[in-house]
Amino acid sequence: MSVATREAPARPATRTVRRGGLRRRQRWFVLALLSPGIVGAAVFFGYPLVTVLGLSFSRYNLIKPPEFIGLSNYRFLFSDPMVPKAIVNTLWFAVVVVILQLVYALGIAMLVSRIRRGSTLARAIFYLPSMIPPIASALAFIYLLNPGTGPVAAALRLVGVDSPLWFDDPHWSKPALTLLALWGTGNLMVIFFAALLDVPTELVEASTMDGANAVQRFRHVTLPSIAPVLQFAAVTAVIDALQYFAQAYMVSNVHNGGGAATTLVLGYPQNSTLFYPVYLYVQGFRYFNMGYASALAILLFVVSMIVAAVLMRGSRRLVHAEAEES
Amino acid sequence: MTRRALWTRLLGLVAERCVLIVLLLATLTPFVFIVLTALMTDQQSLSPNLWPDPFRPANFVAVFHDVPLLRYTANTMLYAVLATVGVLVSSVPVAYALARYRWRGRHTVLLGVIALMLLPVQVTTVPLYILYNHLGLTGTLVPLIAPKFFGDAFSIFLLRQFLLTIPQDYANAARIDGAGELRTMLRVILPMAKPALSAVALFQFLACWNDFFLPLLYSSENPNAWTLSLGLSAFQNQFSTQWNLVMAATLLFMVPVIAVFFAAQRSFVRGVTLTGVKG
Repeated sequence: MSVATREAPARPATRTVRRGGLRRRQRWFVLALLSPGIVGAAVFFGYPLVTVLGLSFSRYNLIKPPEFIGLSNYRFLFSDPMVPKAIVNTLWFAVVVVILQLVYALGIAMLVSRIRRGSTLARAIFYLPSMIPPIASALAFIYLLNPGTGPVAAALRLVGVDSPLWFDDPHWSKPALTLLALWGTGNLMVIFFAALLDVPTELVEASTMDGANAVQRFRHVTLPSIAPVLQFAAVTAVIDALQYFAQAYMVSNVHNGGGAATTLVLGYPQNSTLFYPVYLYVQGFRYFNMGYASALAILLFVVSMIVAAVLMRGSRRLVHAEAEES
Repeated sequence: MTRRALWTRLLGLVAERCVLIVLLLATLTPFVFIVLTALMTDQQSLSPNLWPDPFRPANFVAVFHDVPLLRYTANTMLYAVLATVGVLVSSVPVAYALARYRWRGRHTVLLGVIALMLLPVQVTTVPLYILYNHLGLTGTLVPLIAPKFFGDAFSIFLLRQFLLTIPQDYANAARIDGAGELRTMLRVILPMAKPALSAVALFQFLACWNDFFLPLLYSSENPNAWTLSLGLSAFQNQFSTQWNLVMAATLLFMVPVIAVFFAAQRSFVRGVTLTGVKG
């Protein structure tokens, strides 16, 4: 459904509600409608955002009252050898994996859009993995990829290749998680598929008449018309990557040989799956370094809002669309 | 067109179909092996044999004896159902106000909604955890459910996008007929927004069903408040060598999701498309 960017046709004559002013009763009604959101934004975002900033200048472990320590947490953050590791791991996901996901999802969407029969079924099959609980899909991939008895290792043996150690090898753990992420990109595929259906057929036909080949048609016709969708998908995918947690937790948990939840070392093997949110979790909720975890949270906040701002710049239309009047 | 060009086109088409079929099979393969392994005996699941012999469907019963799966399911249901109700009740009004009335500051509010939608959950968890800890609510499901009754940014955004498409005429006609604002909303506009409402409900339910981070954070200290995600992650620790049981539990965890998907496939596809913000 083409929703966001559909501008209202300007026909002031038939408008009952004038621009800039609501009637008194309507004003109260709007306020009442907004009230749950106002309370929610204040309690669940306003309060924690202010508090997290304050905590980031303190030492606090839930037992003794918070103690102001100035910029110490931030100074530690910039000298903590784990932070660059966590950032590099997260960047791998936010850049490499997101690009792979976009390309893969767009590729599948184009392939599916070109078949006539069975396209609904094909879409359903590609979409299905994206709904599977991440804990379940992570477990499934741990089993599928296990180098001893897993089916992937068996398939590789057939062609005479030794299976990598995947989640036990610091060089292979992220590629393994990448496979898992690609398996779950079906939601992007559905979005791109719908966008491709909206590419104006006149343009495609006209460019074919003018002798454009498939690559030229893709670059000059298809790509520009789906660009807004691609952009929005890219931003949400990057934001998802910044929060990547459950799968990373699960794979390092399992390969530590299980054990009680409090003793496990996250990031196994050799911190190769120590993503930024995982490190924040470890500092805040394993070691109860609430102050330091808050400083880490502030950095995450700044980075994610910069990414969000990139979206705002390009998509003004998103915000300024109005209800249609006719 | 020359013969040669025709041949190239045909080859291209065949190649395309082959790639598509291979990718479809690759996507389905994990499901196949999960099902097969879930039907194996303990020894088989540790052997390189990929086909169960004999089949042992009793694994699905066994997992219910090994862990309180019913309790986890009940907790997960409670979380998902209440959160879905909460999100609908609180997000629909906000979205309605943003989409259907022109008031000063609505663009700013919408920007705020989008910003919150893109805010990683980890940013606010430290203060919220401290708050819930002081209130004695950690180890319960309350911290998971309560916030959902105060608006959800993603749902507000999605609903607003849909509500924009309903022409103002309907509301105006209702007003001329003497309907108040509330009546217009409940009786005229919202019934027309059913596709978006069901998409939001489905997404929310699914997000809660699949959620791991928040249950881990707020309810993991009390096994009675565990959800299926937590239960399954611990189950794997206990039974790490019994892949057949682990896969059986994994499958049981997936099945409701798959069932919901096939029951409401159209609603899903419509909803996902709506979230893509088509240009």
